[in-house]
Formats: sequence, structure tokens, C-alpha cells
Amino acid sequence: MARRVLPGFGLSLGFVLTWLGLIVLLPLAALALKASGIGFGGLWTMVTTPAVLAALKLSFGAAVLSAVINAIAGLLVAWVLVRYSFPGRRFFDALVDLPFALPTAVAGIALTALYAPKGWIGALLAPLGIKVAFTPLGVLIAMVFVGFPFVVRTLQPVLESLDRDIEEAATSLGASRWQTFTRVLFPLLLPALLTGFALALARAVGEYGSVIFIAGNIPMKSEILPLVIVKQLEQFKYADAAAVGIVMLALSFLLLLAISLLQRWSRRWAER
Amino acid sequence: MEAALPLQRSRFTARRLVHALLILAALAFLAVFLLLPLAAVFVEALRKGLGTYVAAVVHPEAIAAIKLTLLVAAIAVPLNTVFGVAAAWAMTRFDFRGKAVLGAIIDLPFSVSPVVSGLIYVLLFGAQGWFGPWLQEHDIKLIFAVPGLVLATIFVTLPFVARELIPLMQSQGSDEEEAARVLGASGWQIFFRVTLPNIRWALLYGVLLCNARAMGEFGAVSVVSGHIRGLTNTLPLHVEILYNDYNYAGAFAVASLLAFLALVTLGLKTFLEWRYGTELAARAGRGH
Repeated sequence: MARRVLPGFGLSLGFVLTWLGLIVLLPLAALALKASGIGFGGLWTMVTTPAVLAALKLSFGAAVLSAVINAIAGLLVAWVLVRYSFPGRRFFDALVDLPFALPTAVAGIALTALYAPKGWIGALLAPLGIKVAFTPLGVLIAMVFVGFPFVVRTLQPVLESLDRDIEEAATSLGASRWQTFTRVLFPLLLPALLTGFALALARAVGEYGSVIFIAGNIPMKSEILPLVIVKQLEQFKYADAAAVGIVMLALSFLLLLAISLLQRWSRRWAER
Repeated sequence: MEAALPLQRSRFTARRLVHALLILAALAFLAVFLLLPLAAVFVEALRKGLGTYVAAVVHPEAIAAIKLTLLVAAIAVPLNTVFGVAAAWAMTRFDFRGKAVLGAIIDLPFSVSPVVSGLIYVLLFGAQGWFGPWLQEHDIKLIFAVPGLVLATIFVTLPFVARELIPLMQSQGSDEEEAARVLGASGWQIFFRVTLPNIRWALLYGVLLCNARAMGEFGAVSVVSGHIRGLTNTLPLHVEILYNDYNYAGAFAVASLLAFLALVTLGLKTFLEWRYGTELAARAGRGH
């Protein structure tokens, strides 16, 4: 077999490696080195200070919850967009990508205007005693917004490619619609659902622009981890900022790794 | 067909009802979570009248922010386009060790928080960074200056074009290019006459998404910008400054420009998908 029939291997790979080295790897190495400067003991003390710990819990807790909400809502929306026809379907399909296209700062101030006590939605919720803006609930809402398209966009192609024969077979064997969905379709959709979940989660954990306006940023209460980094930078505490940054990266990678293992297991389960 | 039994008919209408409820629930979610925020931007922008709106948009600081945003995108997007094409060429036309690792590194910026994306450049080029002393000696300012904004933007938008092209070029295969090679075409001839026409719409699609993110990026540029009005403020940062000054009408007016850009992006994207859907193929698993 004649490999490398085409020219340009050295040129393209050389350029790609140089670019990645300069833009991605070198700066990340600087982060790792700066964080390692304070040692594991220092890292632990840093991360376990009450303010950082509270932000850590809020960032990851709200991100996981937002990804769960997006998995459920995303499954519903993807299903409706693929399976049913109704007026305005193409419009709503295009609208799904809005969080990708809308700059996060714009989303942030728009959500704050909506959910502030006098905003369109905030005014409806206020009599019920529900406060969204400037509370952890606001953080959650912003994370749901930015993570929403991921689940829909990973599920849509899978739903489109599903063979309807399988469903018909299940139905003709006496399964109810609900049984067909939970026993037949859901296992087939699960790997893609997990991919979407992971992407939404990764985005929500690191999200900054859309969250900081609506969060109110009250230390120990509604302050997210990226904001902790920004505050440390403003006080010129570079090593501390690097430490929080590296912990954040490490935790996200662990979560993504866990999800990809879960995915592998679910794929095997679906193929069984 | 036999006459429908009453039981079957009731089951049929029950199913219609479930369909209607599911559609209603999905549309309600989309309306509350996506449509309302978008509407809020334009309503808030025009709340104090057209005069205030125009004044905020043509303010010298806003004009400077618009120019800077265009400049940053004009540098970052072409560079990442070239990178994306080169990455797709290397990844899909050749076999080499460590390909999976390379693919993971290309995707890496998507899973890094924007704030961390800015932070890494501060640690590298800031006053206390690795190259800080050397840069100061030579009187070069990267952080809290335009080059820092460009670098951070390049980092966060790095994967967009490559991500669109790699699955497409993988599924297209290299038969046509190899045929051109056998017929004596040079490398650049193959690229411009065979490859580029095959990938042009997907390339445009990737550039579109890359540009939207480049112009709208907030977290990463916020960390490296230093927020010097008229000098290092991009449009999203200008929105924040106006908002923190309690100039809500102004903030939403400038924000509406970015929202308009988002709508244009979505419109073009939808058009490309509708018109050139098959040429964009291999869409499975896309996410940003």
C-alpha cells in the first residue's frame, strides 16, 4: 500500500505542531509550572480556603445540575424537532444555536434584565418568593442557557438515523409507546446523550461572561470559580490564580474522563 | 382497512394529544430560555428612545471598540482558518503515530474556561510572567495591549475550523486528490483545484462560527485587556463597562449590535445548512 501519496505532510503537520506548541502547549505549561511553584501542600491550603471551596462547590454543583436539566430539555427538544412537523419548526431549529452565536456578555445582561426583581420573569416569580437574579439560582439559569445547544445538536443526527423498523417491531410485539421509548430507543440514544451532557457540563463549569452579571457575585454565596481567579489576578496573586486554574482544569478533565468511561459502558450495553 | 374500533380511535386521539403536549412543552422551553433573552436585548436597548440608542452606538468609545473588535477578528480568524485547513489535511490525508492525541489537543481549548485561557497568557507574557522581564527590557507590551487580546482570541477560537473540516475530509476520502496527483498535479494545484472546491462550504461554515466567537469572546479577553477605555476595549468589554456604570440603555444598545451579529450568523448558518447540507455532511457529534 502506497502511503503518503499526497504531498504536504511535512508542511501541514509541521505548521500544526508549531502552532499548537506556541498557542496551546507553551501557555498551559506556564500554568502548570506556576501552580507547581506553591507545591501540593500549598495547593491544598489554597483550595480548602472557605471562599475557594464555596466557589468550587457552586461552580461544579450548578454545572452538573444545569447539564442534567439540559439533557432532559435537550432530549425533548431534539425529539420534537426531528419527529414532529409543526409551523415554525425550521425557525425553532435555527434558534437552538443562539447560545453559540450570542456573545456571553450580551446573554449575561439580558438574563439579568429578565430575572431581576422588576424584570419580565423576575416580576412573575417575586410574589412566589422566588429570587433568581443575584442568587445561586441565577448562576444555574445562565449555565442552562449556555449549555443548551450541545445536547440537542448531538442527539439530532442520531435520532434522524434511527431505523423506524425497530420501533415498529417493538410495537408489533406488544410494547407500549412508553416501553418502546424506555427499553428500545433510550439505550440507543444514551451514548449521544452522554456526549451532549459532557459538552454542556464542560462549557458550564468554565462559563464566565453570562454568569457574572446575573450571579451578583456575593462571596461564599454566589461567586463562581472563574471569578475567584479574576479577583486573585486583580490582587496580583498570580500563583494562587494559577493554582485555582489548574485545579479547575484537573477536575473538569476527571469529570470528562468519567463520562467517557460511562459512555463506553453504555455503548456496550446498547449493542448487547 | 377494517372500521376503526372505538378503542383504537381513542388511543389514536390520545397519541395526538401527547404529541401536541410534547411540542408545546418544547416550544415553551425554547421561548422562555432563548427567545425572551434575545427580545430583552432589543427592548432594553430602545427603552430610552432612538436618540439615546444612536448616541450610545456612535459614541467615540463605542466606535473605538467596534474597530478593535474588527481588528482582533481580522487577525485571529484567518490564522485559525489556515491552521484548521492544515490540521484537517494532516489529520485526514496521512497516517502517523499520535493522531488521536493531536486531535485531543486541537479540541483542548473548548474545555478550558475562558478565564483560564486568558490567565495562561498573563502567566507567560505578563509583568511577572516567564517572558515578562525580557519583554519589559525591550519595551514590548503584550498583556493589557492589543497583542494579548489577539493571542487570547486565537486560543479560544482555535478548534472551530478544524472541527468542521476534519470529519468532512475524513468522509470524503482522498481518491480525487490521489487521482490528480497521478495525473501530474502539484501539491498546491491539488489543494486549490480539488480539495478546496470540495470543502468550501464547510470551510465557510467553520469560519462563520470562528468569527462569531472571536467577535463575541468575553472572559479570555477580559483577563488580558486591562480595560483601558478607547484602547483595549472590545465590544463585549465595552458592554460590561457601560453596564457597570449603570448606563443600562447604553450597554444594551451596544449589546444589540452584537445580538444583531449573532442573528446574521445564525441566518447564514441556517442558509448554508439548508442549501449545502449534503456538502457540509458528517455533522454527527458536532458541538462547540
